[in-house]
Amino acid sequence: METNDLIKALAADSRRGGLPLGQAWIVALAAAVLVAAGMFFLLLGPRPDAGAALSTVRFVFKFLFTIALAVAAYRLAVAVSRPGGNWSTALAGIMVAPVLLALSVLLELVAVPSATWAARLVGTNSMVCLTFVPLIGFIPLVVLLLAMRHGAPANATAAGAVSGLLAGGIAATFYAAHCPDDSPLFVAVWYPLAIAILASLGALLGRLVLRW
Amino acid sequence: MDRAEERSLERMLVAAIDGDERAYRAFLEAVAKLVRTWLRRKVTHGSLDAEDIVQETLLAIHLKRHTWRSAEPVRPWIFAIANHKLIDAFRRHGRQPLADSPALEEVEAAEPEVLRSWEIDRALQVLTPGQRSVVTAVSIEGSSIQETARDLGMNETAVRVALHRGLAAIARRFGRT
Repeated sequence: METNDLIKALAADSRRGGLPLGQAWIVALAAAVLVAAGMFFLLLGPRPDAGAALSTVRFVFKFLFTIALAVAAYRLAVAVSRPGGNWSTALAGIMVAPVLLALSVLLELVAVPSATWAARLVGTNSMVCLTFVPLIGFIPLVVLLLAMRHGAPANATAAGAVSGLLAGGIAATFYAAHCPDDSPLFVAVWYPLAIAILASLGALLGRLVLRW
Repeated sequence: MDRAEERSLERMLVAAIDGDERAYRAFLEAVAKLVRTWLRRKVTHGSLDAEDIVQETLLAIHLKRHTWRSAEPVRPWIFAIANHKLIDAFRRHGRQPLADSPALEEVEAAEPEVLRSWEIDRALQVLTPGQRSVVTAVSIEGSSIQETARDLGMNETAVRVALHRGLAAIARRFGRT
């Protein structure tokens, strides 16, 4: 088939193209958050004193960290899903959450006696964290991979990992409302591990489903 | 290509996304020319045919046209897609992009002309018979959707669906058959 023949066929295929990518991402994000919320209330629910805890700085900081990560991961996901998209600024935004976390760890180390560091780091809920963040985030990850597949990412593995990071940020935001461990020492160890599980899963799935 | 030419490409694509078939055809022809010129500097060895990559790029642009934002320049978008397809083709051929290699070119020049074998024709073979006859009618025979529907005894919607699915299947199988 000559190239001109192909062009005739492509031009004749005038059925409306897909949903514009920007809109597809908004739909996917809303669906991912709703599904994560549903899974959270089904599996865990907020801790009993969540309302009162909102006045403590450590509890609130957990959300600051997870939401900063989710927002940055969303922007990066949108950028990498577009051919020729400029993702370098979005990539720099990903660094905000780890920097916040590092600062909070430093403040915590100054604020509490060193004898309690180990207990705060180990916490009481680490296995719940490592189990339920991936559980809450799995279906949202699938939804986000669908949006990524609707786009055209240059690097399938990286795009899958970014989707996993976003699913992890969303899942961890809900999980934080359940978890009784508020110390930044706990957050800095277990949250990144739990989110990394989803990011790795996203990278693996991305390799399989994001090629185009 | 200057900014005015790029603007005219963008206008064509906007009209095309709105359903203007003539504008779309002009856009795709311009893109084919653009990508062909660009590939001339990139593809310098014989196992890879630049025209195959032009065709694969056109298919990808068609199926991913919703990833272009009408506010952004169209050229970087086109070349990002073309580059993706070029890298893909190099990977399939187990080679990295080569620098000009005169020795290789001389060897190839000595080889007799072989009959052109298109990747797209191999991909065409994997379609269902119905999809294949629709795609062939609209492309090679140049029939309209209406004529194809009449000739094949199908309704127009079925022809459009078969064409769309057939093109998507070709894009999926391109270079992998």
